[in-house]
Amino acid sequence: MKFTLSWLKDHLETTATVPEIVAAMTMAGLEVEHVIDPATKLAPFTVCKIVEAARHPNADRLQVCQVDTVDGRKEIVCGAPNARPGLTTIYAPIGAYVPGLDVTLVEKPVRGVVSNGMLCSAAELEYATESDGIMELPDALPVGTSAVDALGLEAVIDFEVTPNRPDWLGVVGIARDLAAAGVGKLKDVSIAPIAGTFDSPITVTVDGEACPVFAGRFIRGVKNGSSPKWLQDRLTAIGLRPINALVDITNLISYDRARPLHVYDAAKLSGGVISTRLGRHGVNGDEHLIALDGKTYELTPEMCVIADAEGERPIGLGGVMGGESTGCSDETTDVFVESAWFEPIRIAQTGRATGIASDAQYRFARTVDTGSVVPGIELATKLILELCGGEPSNIVVAGEAPAAPGAILFDPAYVGQLSGLEIEPERSLAILRDLGFTVEPPKDVSATAFVTHAESLVCVTPPTFRRDVDGKADLVEEVARIAGYGALPSTPLPEAARAVGGILTAKQARARTARRALAAAGYAEAVTFSFTSGKTAQLFGGGQPELMLANPIAAELDCMRPSLLPNLIDAAGRNARRGFPDAALFEVGPTFHGDRPNDQRTVVAAILAPKAPRGWDKAAQGDVFTVKADLLALLEELGAPVASLQTAQGSASSWWHPGRSARLQLGPKAVMAEFGEIHPAVLKALDVAGPVYGFEITLEAIPEPKKKAVKTKPAFSPSVLMPLTRDFAFVVEKSKAAGDLVKAAAGADKALITAARVFDVYEGPGVPEGFKSVALEVVVQPRDATLTDAEIEALSAKVVAAAEKAGGKLRS
Amino acid sequence: MTDLNTLESDVLAQVAGAADLQALDAVRVAAVGKTGSISGLLKTLGAMSPEERKDRGAAINALRDKVATAITERKAALETAELDARLASETLDLSLPAPHRRKGSVHPTMQTMDEVIAIFAEMGFAVAEGPDIEDDFHNFTALNFPEKHPAREMHDTFFFNTKETGERMLLRTHTSPVQVRTMVSQKPPIRIIAPGRTYRVDNDATHTPVFHQVEGLVIDKAIHMGHLKWTLETFLARFFETDAVTTQFRPHHFPFTEPSAEMDVQCDRSGGEIKIGQGTSWLEILGCGMVHPNVLRACGIDPDEYQGFAFGMGVDRLGMLKYGMPDLRDMWSSDVRWLSHYGFSAFAAPNPASGLS
Repeated sequence: MKFTLSWLKDHLETTATVPEIVAAMTMAGLEVEHVIDPATKLAPFTVCKIVEAARHPNADRLQVCQVDTVDGRKEIVCGAPNARPGLTTIYAPIGAYVPGLDVTLVEKPVRGVVSNGMLCSAAELEYATESDGIMELPDALPVGTSAVDALGLEAVIDFEVTPNRPDWLGVVGIARDLAAAGVGKLKDVSIAPIAGTFDSPITVTVDGEACPVFAGRFIRGVKNGSSPKWLQDRLTAIGLRPINALVDITNLISYDRARPLHVYDAAKLSGGVISTRLGRHGVNGDEHLIALDGKTYELTPEMCVIADAEGERPIGLGGVMGGESTGCSDETTDVFVESAWFEPIRIAQTGRATGIASDAQYRFARTVDTGSVVPGIELATKLILELCGGEPSNIVVAGEAPAAPGAILFDPAYVGQLSGLEIEPERSLAILRDLGFTVEPPKDVSATAFVTHAESLVCVTPPTFRRDVDGKADLVEEVARIAGYGALPSTPLPEAARAVGGILTAKQARARTARRALAAAGYAEAVTFSFTSGKTAQLFGGGQPELMLANPIAAELDCMRPSLLPNLIDAAGRNARRGFPDAALFEVGPTFHGDRPNDQRTVVAAILAPKAPRGWDKAAQGDVFTVKADLLALLEELGAPVASLQTAQGSASSWWHPGRSARLQLGPKAVMAEFGEIHPAVLKALDVAGPVYGFEITLEAIPEPKKKAVKTKPAFSPSVLMPLTRDFAFVVEKSKAAGDLVKAAAGADKALITAARVFDVYEGPGVPEGFKSVALEVVVQPRDATLTDAEIEALSAKVVAAAEKAGGKLRS
Repeated sequence: MTDLNTLESDVLAQVAGAADLQALDAVRVAAVGKTGSISGLLKTLGAMSPEERKDRGAAINALRDKVATAITERKAALETAELDARLASETLDLSLPAPHRRKGSVHPTMQTMDEVIAIFAEMGFAVAEGPDIEDDFHNFTALNFPEKHPAREMHDTFFFNTKETGERMLLRTHTSPVQVRTMVSQKPPIRIIAPGRTYRVDNDATHTPVFHQVEGLVIDKAIHMGHLKWTLETFLARFFETDAVTTQFRPHHFPFTEPSAEMDVQCDRSGGEIKIGQGTSWLEILGCGMVHPNVLRACGIDPDEYQGFAFGMGVDRLGMLKYGMPDLRDMWSSDVRWLSHYGFSAFAAPNPASGLS
């Protein structure tokens, strides 16, 4: 919403400057976006008078002018045909920046004659979009008058109107709030009725659905044409294009009172009735309207249509835009002025459906003052009679405006209770009155008898232009914003009892630990969108219809991600294409497996694309066992029961290399993580060079740690006896998991064996084809006494027997 | 006795002349070994008279001790020389680089999130979470957005396809649905923050379709706007880790709060970057207000008994302001150079003893 200071001063008696107005607006909730001040842009430009104009010695089309300027008599070369002695125009000195030309003037000869400045056209000052000569100003303007004053330009204030305050879409609404905020005094903004002298030959009807109330007035014998300069200036200052007096008047009222109107050329109306109804589906599709913008719109049954010819001919899209067929022209002599009220939601939808964002549509969509239907016509009548003459009929009204807002029972003490402001009740009520609210004693005291401070209660009734106010909290906001948020106290929150053991849930704490642990392990944390493409999602087990977005920002971001891996792999690919192929990335974030709240998981995923620069030491870059080590270390940090985890090889999801991936699980239905090498076909689909290794942990799958009453740990009781080790080599089928053998050996005597470790895996001569030799070091911890040779022998036999059960044969 | 003197100088010369441990050992064997020259002299003592033995014995033993000492000393010297030689041969060029080790980092948005949580934890706020995929009730209706109201349009919502039942799920446009879920499931007093991902159909220099928010909610019997102001002033001063943070409250409009406000922080915008804690410009940093009575009612809380405040702010943007990251979109680009430049150490977890980062 834009307005100028002079327009504001029509309704507000004030001496405030533009910066003061802007500051007051901001603190009252009218968020100023910017102030366009032509005084800054046009500062160097002043009024001058041409004293002499002679033909340029070297150019037919140029003149050399002697000009009286603010800087004295100057010789200026000018190419404008209208440059002539005695002309009052605008002078730009050397060094001035000319906005319309985007140049800064420098002293240089024009065809051999030095020009000491420039005489300017309206276009060069950006005062008009085009011009065919230098400006011609009234001779009464003294030399040296600033261009801004000479042209009557002033600052334009542009501010954001929040959706709750449609009354701010009129300058009167702004003036009222500023007056309440102490910036000035609101002038009398009431509108005097003008009596009609005859009955309107045109009547109106409403169907009760498309439009609740529709009023109109016939004015005969008007003379349309260009509107006067003050009106044109007022409109152009805020970026509106003057059209003709009748249209300009409706635009003025739209911006002055937030009251859209429409004027029909009565001669172009057919039949004596204007009716409002919903759009119709015809046999050949929807009805059409050629609107004032010259475009054709389909009128659907959701839209409000204004029609004449017994309801058959659409002549307007109610509250949005009038029709071309009945618009006013300079030849118009009889008019019918429309002032109606339309349902905001219907108008908002019509705006979206048609793409029309007219001033009327914007205002009706945000709720126009329900009390302005008839006053709007009266104000229009006054201006039409003033500018175009004519004779008004009586006003015709069909339908009824929505009921005015009801009274709110209000205790002024509630202001302090909710806002913390210390403010006298009388001051609160005065603010409400200033804002147009009615404050009265409660009508029915008995209804309020149960309230403790019944004597302080008042009835506050919002004005019809403040339909956003419907409760006591709204009234507190009105008082508080006008009293000023700067006066709010700063009150410490009462101390609250702290949660024992921190405020994070186990899952939140784990996500946090995972982040820090992986960063310490050398992975860089990435944060990626929750989206992927449906195609990619399918590669990772997702892409369900309920997870496809109806309005994605791009086709490759049209699906909720089923896994964090695709975005991380994609990131590795992008980094590689930029010349940084070595990537160790992780993310902690949500994955989506359905659209119910329980279908969302918190996942920790990491990938390793090992392509570190070559090193002289030929150190390993990392492989699938690197990510396994990092995964297990992380699970340990997260408090997962790592010792009980099964490594289920070959059961991981389809996006992993089938021979180089596994699940870590407590059982087939308690899968905690998957890890391995990403399937080459998946990498190819994502256009990323392999190998890429990774893991993905579902935090919800890690059992919650047992809550203990105290944090003491079990007593430390180390054995006094030396542990000893025994080595075994077993031959097993190549396809057998070494892990099973380890588990078997370790389980051979749970009391004595504390660990079994693989220290060699061998295939080749000495081991039959299709088999491998797995060498284990078994750690034995004697408990009560040193073991005798016989006891050690017996234990070894147990290990061999257990290994045999697992398919391993002692290698001889 | 000259024979002993001769022998002594002879043997000592040999000890001194032994080039290595092996040669020294040969000298030792030749002198004090079983059949060595000095051992041989000792064997002759038995055939001597007691007087002769007394003199001669003492002299031979002295010779033997002297030689033994010389050998020990020489041996130590030779061992030192040998070690020195070995160490010299073992020299490594330590200017060579150590094995490559990847350097990890914590993303600045998540660092910021941890910082925000740490500050509010100190003030007694718990952390509440909820799903990113929400329904209309939790994202809009319960938050006092009238059906089809323009305010809903302003939220640029991501929608899923409408189901046969007519239900249409959406991506939450703010974390306020978490506030709703908390109020529905928990009795006041309530003091929570709700951090998480939020979504709007918006993608330009200053907006990404996914972003992070932290919202706060405090509900009790006598919580007023002054508490809100103190909470946010305190938060911002602690977050920016400077005493110089100046803020202002400005009226605004949100459907879910009444009265509503925006908070600005004073900053310096000269020179193209924003510096908090100096300058004369204002930068809008968050929205807040007293929870609208309709919201309390929708969540089953009596607005005549309880009242409270709510606030919400963009975490990505807070991080940008604090740590000087110029472009919001970079935060989502996973560029390893950017992550390494703006990322944080694993050990920079905020805590009250060592600070926020």
